[in-house]
Amino acid sequence: MNMKKQKTELGYAFPRTVPVMAGYLVLGAAYGILMADSGYGPVWSVLISVIVYAGSLQYLGVSLLAAAVNPLYSFFMSLMLNARHLFYGISMLDKYRTVKRFKPYLIFALTDETFSVVCAENPPQEMDRDKVFFWISFLDQCYWVGGTLLGALLGSLLTFDTTGMDFALTALFVVIFVGQWEEKKGHSSALLGLGATLVCLLIFGADQFIIPAMAVILAVLFVVYQGKKRKEEA
Amino acid sequence: MAQIGTAAGIVAAMTAATLLSRFLPFIIFRGDRKTPPFVEFLGRTLPYATIGLLVIYCLRTPLLLIGRQIRQGGGGGASDWGVPEFAAVAVVALLHRWKKNSLLSIGLGTVFYMVLKQVVFG
Repeated sequence: MNMKKQKTELGYAFPRTVPVMAGYLVLGAAYGILMADSGYGPVWSVLISVIVYAGSLQYLGVSLLAAAVNPLYSFFMSLMLNARHLFYGISMLDKYRTVKRFKPYLIFALTDETFSVVCAENPPQEMDRDKVFFWISFLDQCYWVGGTLLGALLGSLLTFDTTGMDFALTALFVVIFVGQWEEKKGHSSALLGLGATLVCLLIFGADQFIIPAMAVILAVLFVVYQGKKRKEEA
Repeated sequence: MAQIGTAAGIVAAMTAATLLSRFLPFIIFRGDRKTPPFVEFLGRTLPYATIGLLVIYCLRTPLLLIGRQIRQGGGGGASDWGVPEFAAVAVVALLHRWKKNSLLSIGLGTVFYMVLKQVVFG
């Protein structure tokens, strides 16, 4: 193995991941603390950060675990939350088409943050592209897992009152919502999500409103799509 | 804590859903197959609706409390009207519009909510 060359690709990848490092260490640590707080120690939180590796889903998972939500129901909620990954995947089809090694790992590790780095990344000609993409993806996951472990260990030592810390999940989704709103597109879809879910919450109550809300959202989007198609054909 | 079987089931469900959502595009669109137009449409619209859904999901408890207050004709305290939650949501949203720094908005918003819950309305 050519050690010198490998170092070059790692050296190229590392600075590109520094912005992600700051975010992942902090959010990963907060995740570890929240999990420890709900009674799930480092073995659980670190394992989940290794095999699930999806930030906002893991935060949602804290409340799924705390409420012992039915796994099938959890599966559908996870799918809805992860639907945006389909979009990332479709956007990365071209870039990852020529990748020969590490491809399954690159696809597995395509989080929001890693996507935001690799989608804009064009490694220089003399470098092994596959390795550059691998190091970016792998370093990012190391930060996330490292942050989780730190939080999980810290969480059992912390003695301050963590009441209200679970608001971090709400804050995360509000931040994503505001960010999307500022993009100046998808407003009607965002309002559909808020409105349909609020109505279903008031009708079905706290334990059974998610599946009906998903059904209403998909049905409305399907009708809108059909309407658009008919308009284009006319 | 949930029972260990349920907890393992939830973790398995989260893992399966994530693998499915990340690998599906690469499996379906191998080679030159075209994306079905409805899937493309969902890719453009669903992410926005989903975040709206999740915001309501996170706020379900205060929202239901407010609903109860309205039916009862009021009488509850600030916490029964969801004041800590919605004040903190406003702080997060305004901070994020202003500074556009996710960590700052989430961090300060969470600390603000913890102070409201533990000290102001505690």
